Amino acid sequence: MLHTLSIGELARRLAAKEISSLELTRHFLERIERLNPNLNAVITLTADRALEAARAADLRLGAGERGRLLGIPLIHKDIFCTEGVRTSCGSRMLDNFISPYDATIVSRLKAAGTVMLGKSNMDEFAMGSSNETSYYGPVRNPWDTTKVPGGSSGGSSAASAARLAPFTTGTDTGGSIRQPAALTGVTGVKPTYGRVSRYGMIAFASSLDQAGVLARSAEDAAAVLEVMAGFDPRDSTSVDAPVPDYPALLDAPLKGLKIGLLREFFDGLESRNAALIRDALEVYTSMGAETVEVSLPHLPLSVPTYYVVAPAECSSNLSRFDGVRFGYRCEQPKDLKDLYERSRGEGFGPEVKRRIMTGTYVLSAGYFDAYYLKAQKVRRLITDDFRAAFEKVDLVVGPTTPTPAFAIGAKIDDPVTMYLNDIYTIGANLAGLPGISAPCGFVDGLPVGMQLIGPHFSEARLLSAAHHFQRATDWHLKTPGGYQ
Amino acid sequence: MSLTRQDVEKIARLARLSITETEMPVYVTSLSSIVDFVADLSRVETDRVEPMAHPLEGQRQRLRADAVSETDHHEKYQANAPQVQAGLYVVPRVIE
Repeated sequence: MLHTLSIGELARRLAAKEISSLELTRHFLERIERLNPNLNAVITLTADRALEAARAADLRLGAGERGRLLGIPLIHKDIFCTEGVRTSCGSRMLDNFISPYDATIVSRLKAAGTVMLGKSNMDEFAMGSSNETSYYGPVRNPWDTTKVPGGSSGGSSAASAARLAPFTTGTDTGGSIRQPAALTGVTGVKPTYGRVSRYGMIAFASSLDQAGVLARSAEDAAAVLEVMAGFDPRDSTSVDAPVPDYPALLDAPLKGLKIGLLREFFDGLESRNAALIRDALEVYTSMGAETVEVSLPHLPLSVPTYYVVAPAECSSNLSRFDGVRFGYRCEQPKDLKDLYERSRGEGFGPEVKRRIMTGTYVLSAGYFDAYYLKAQKVRRLITDDFRAAFEKVDLVVGPTTPTPAFAIGAKIDDPVTMYLNDIYTIGANLAGLPGISAPCGFVDGLPVGMQLIGPHFSEARLLSAAHHFQRATDWHLKTPGGYQ
Repeated sequence: MSLTRQDVEKIARLARLSITETEMPVYVTSLSSIVDFVADLSRVETDRVEPMAHPLEGQRQRLRADAVSETDHHEKYQANAPQVQAGLYVVPRVIE
């Protein structure tokens, strides 16, 4: 069963000519065609392109070329521009948009010989925590199809969990990789801000957005991140620093690692979830790690801070959708103002309009100081809390989400309740820190994620810590019924 | 309600968003609840705190040589435009 194998094992079999990329690609295309109708995780299937890319990868393999991802299929979140393929960002606004170029991560993964199977569903413009705001309808969680898969990378998380591809890409502005990874039982990595290029990734909140990966294990994610990461002159906030060989560093010794237990992460956490996190910490202490309790006193303010900063940046970024140069245009505009207002009013869905208006309000004359400037100051206090914590510990561990996956429809009418889903993940975005969510157990048959957050550019340490945990446990190998 | 219907109409106008009659009351309620929620921030003492705009503050803005680095892609890019004529984007008449 090819979809049960790790990326490393697939690469070994490809190199040994036990399988071809074409066979592997056909296997996953068949799974998508058969299983996706029940999930709505994939919104564009690019079968012909995939077969062509697989043949090209087989030629490279045949010529003796080797690569960790050469011939490995993937699904891209539909926020990444893919040349010649619709890039909708989950929105009616871009339903007709055929990208004229590739995002940097798309071209990097292409050059590495990966095979794109298609594009995954997502919350519209990555604004949502449940994948219910998509123009293409909600994604269902493969563990229980009445439940959400998390968001905004909900199509990617559901596809990874249902083994529709060996890995998927995602983006994380306030938790959009880690939260859906937790809710579907996969491993999700949000790198340090600036580690992975944002070029060709449709912008939501530019000081927070970061691209990453959702995969079965930290080991698989390490192989992918090593290809995705790196300097890109086309992204002005891309960091020009060497990319460590993440897979080679996975076995770094864990003994003596100082793990911070965040007091604030247990406030309001359901007791069964809290027990699973404490069990995970015991796994770490049994392997020789030391746990220290740390406090981030300003962390409870991270959600209100985020819901000022992110909408402000969103209102600015989304002003580019004007019905003139690309995207949706309303019928029969009576003048230019009507063209702008109706194209935007009809092209954007309710949550996107709500965020644009929130952002417009907090940036408007008379409110800027009270909201936006204030939030930027509190953002510094939260960041300073993390900095102080990392003087005492190497990384912090806590839950990824307050609860397991909730029912489709349960929170969509109450934005503030929905926003509070991201209470444990937003802090890392505000401070620009890397974070990982890894499966650590089940509550009522639904997966629960533990979150690791480290200092800037500590991806290798986080991946290694998650890898050690996954060698001691088998939560990450659990597959939902019907998708084994 | 911390925001009135008039407030929301003004915000929508500033954001260039048409809002329908049925949507309007929903936005008045939900935007009010968001504004109330983020008002928590006002209780934090921040007099001596510098605002933080960016997570990697030590980073310097990169400059590059002022040289042409792209070729002309206008036809490719305009293939996505709703209406184009002679290489120009077409919009309703602005000046009578």
